[in-house]
Amino acid sequence: MTALTDGWLMAGRNLRHVVRSPEEIVLYFSLPIMFVLVFGYVFGSGMAVPGHGSYREFLLPGVFVMTMLYGLGATASAIAVDAGRGVVDRFRSLPMARSALLSGRAGADLVRACLEMATLVVCGLLVGWRWREGVVAALAAVALLLLLRVALTWVGVLLGLLVPNPDTVGVVVFPLAFPLTALSNVFVAPELMPEWLGAVAAWNPLSATVAAVRDLFGNPGVGADSWPARHALLLAIAWPLALMAVAAPAAVRRYQRLGR
Amino acid sequence: MAVTLGGMTDETTAVLADGLRKRYGPTTALDGFDLVVPAGTVCGVLGPNGAGKTTAVRILTTLLRFDGGRARVAGHDVATRPQRVREAIGLTGQYAAVDEVLSGRQNLVLFGRLRRLPARAARRRADELLDRFGLAPVADRSAGTYSGGMRRRLDLAASLVVPPRVLFLDEPTTGLDPRSRNGLWTAVRDLVADGTTVLLTTQYLQEADQLADRVCVVDAGRVVAEGTPDQLKARIGADRVELVVRRSADVPVAAAVLERITGAAVRVDGELRRVQAPVTDRIAVLTAVLRALSDAGIAVEDVLVRRPTLDEAFLLLTGHRAESDDRAGVAV
Ligand SMILES: Nc1ncnc2c1ncn2[C@@H]1O[C@H](COP(=O)(O)OP(=O)(O)O)[C@@H](O)[C@H]1O
Ligand SMILES: [Mg+2]
Repeated sequence: MTALTDGWLMAGRNLRHVVRSPEEIVLYFSLPIMFVLVFGYVFGSGMAVPGHGSYREFLLPGVFVMTMLYGLGATASAIAVDAGRGVVDRFRSLPMARSALLSGRAGADLVRACLEMATLVVCGLLVGWRWREGVVAALAAVALLLLLRVALTWVGVLLGLLVPNPDTVGVVVFPLAFPLTALSNVFVAPELMPEWLGAVAAWNPLSATVAAVRDLFGNPGVGADSWPARHALLLAIAWPLALMAVAAPAAVRRYQRLGR
Repeated sequence: MAVTLGGMTDETTAVLADGLRKRYGPTTALDGFDLVVPAGTVCGVLGPNGAGKTTAVRILTTLLRFDGGRARVAGHDVATRPQRVREAIGLTGQYAAVDEVLSGRQNLVLFGRLRRLPARAARRRADELLDRFGLAPVADRSAGTYSGGMRRRLDLAASLVVPPRVLFLDEPTTGLDPRSRNGLWTAVRDLVADGTTVLLTTQYLQEADQLADRVCVVDAGRVVAEGTPDQLKARIGADRVELVVRRSADVPVAAAVLERITGAAVRVDGELRRVQAPVTDRIAVLTAVLRALSDAGIAVEDVLVRRPTLDEAFLLLTGHRAESDDRAGVAV
């Protein structure tokens, strides 16, 4: 119980930080907008989509997932900065829940992810993407995306506690995140890849969310025959939960040992 | 005055450190650190840079693991019941531990909420503390824009949001201007009057003297001397009288006179024709010494009365200079 209330208080603290430096809000919106425009228009023409349909509409669920993934970098650097601040000594000397600094970060970043989602949806609609299976399915897709983001936030928290200083976070995150998106169904359908590559891409946790979200939005590119593709919805729930089950306790343990 | 650890109960002992040991790699930071602070008193932990003061405070406030010994604060074991200890303590560390982005008020409200005050009570308490520490005019500015003194006061206010049973202050006035320092001393005295136990570390004899009921002198990770400020001053000598005689031949006589009158160990520097000794009543000693020397026909070139520097205090208490590093890393 105290873990929840303290996490909530710490989330409030993080959101106040944002309000006190409004330039950060501009960053919140610029990344998703850039992703939609760059990938939508650079790759947007002349790429093959299995079956029929527009590539841009195929791509956007992947861009949504990519935005969720790259948010991990901001989480990691915020935690790394926090861990190096003197105020952490005060938090650690208070009788508050040990997880609160971290869950407060996860909570604040979920709020941020909701803002990004809204931006993505608006941008997507502007470049011709549509949801075609009704509002309930679309909301379910958004929920899956946010679930992935929450799980990735904990990975970011863990990463932020593992790097020796905040400046190295960016250097670590990109080489981790980029291959993950390239080796997935974000840009190219796995069945169009060489067989071994296609298998890797099909089992990639990101691919599960992308495939499930494509299905729920009614966007092209679904219906591949591999086991992970047929069970995309199940995997899109299971992968993030598994990731969180590993990353969150590891992060809390790491935090408790900080400076001890 | 010896203190028996065994007979102490939790109601009377606020802080107990028993043979604490802590190593950082090859450095031994605490090497059998013992301390007993009776509830309701102020204990000054006096020691030079690197003596282990911060390490001891961080261990007692649950921030740092230790390698050996036993620590209890407010009746709870630091190692096994850290959360209980945290409920009872306040900490103002050597470096201000406040959120630099949030305003002073937001800081205090946040810390109040984290200590389970309801929202309204937390806001009211924040206003009270901002007033009391003279921070009301800057309450809504980002704490990162505060001056060093303002940040320290905010830090102290933050550790008082819920009045702690035991307050730890690690070099609270280092880097403060005299006015801020006096303000802080007043705040500490008020707290003690309300029953808070205070453990304060300092590099300044004078600060320990001003605030503390008992002083522990720490050196190389262990307590080397302990007593009331008066007892320690008596050992160190509150002041030193220094005489320079005109003729080298008079130095031994001057030393003998000084020794007879002060009853203390006299230091002699023949080359500079200087003799000096610790004294408690400098006027009486000076008067007597000058009369005796003049009776003996010894010409005095210069007379000085001065307070001992911390360096000298250390030399007296530990037998070596405070700043020397030759002991660093020596483990038992
Ligand atoms: N994090 C650390 N890593 C390595 N050595 C440390 C660390 N913190 C303190 N020390 C060493 O431990 C000794 C005691 O330091 P400290 O407790 O900070 O002393 P003080 O607060 O009295 O100046 C010093 O020799 C210091 O160099
Ligand atoms: Mg220190």
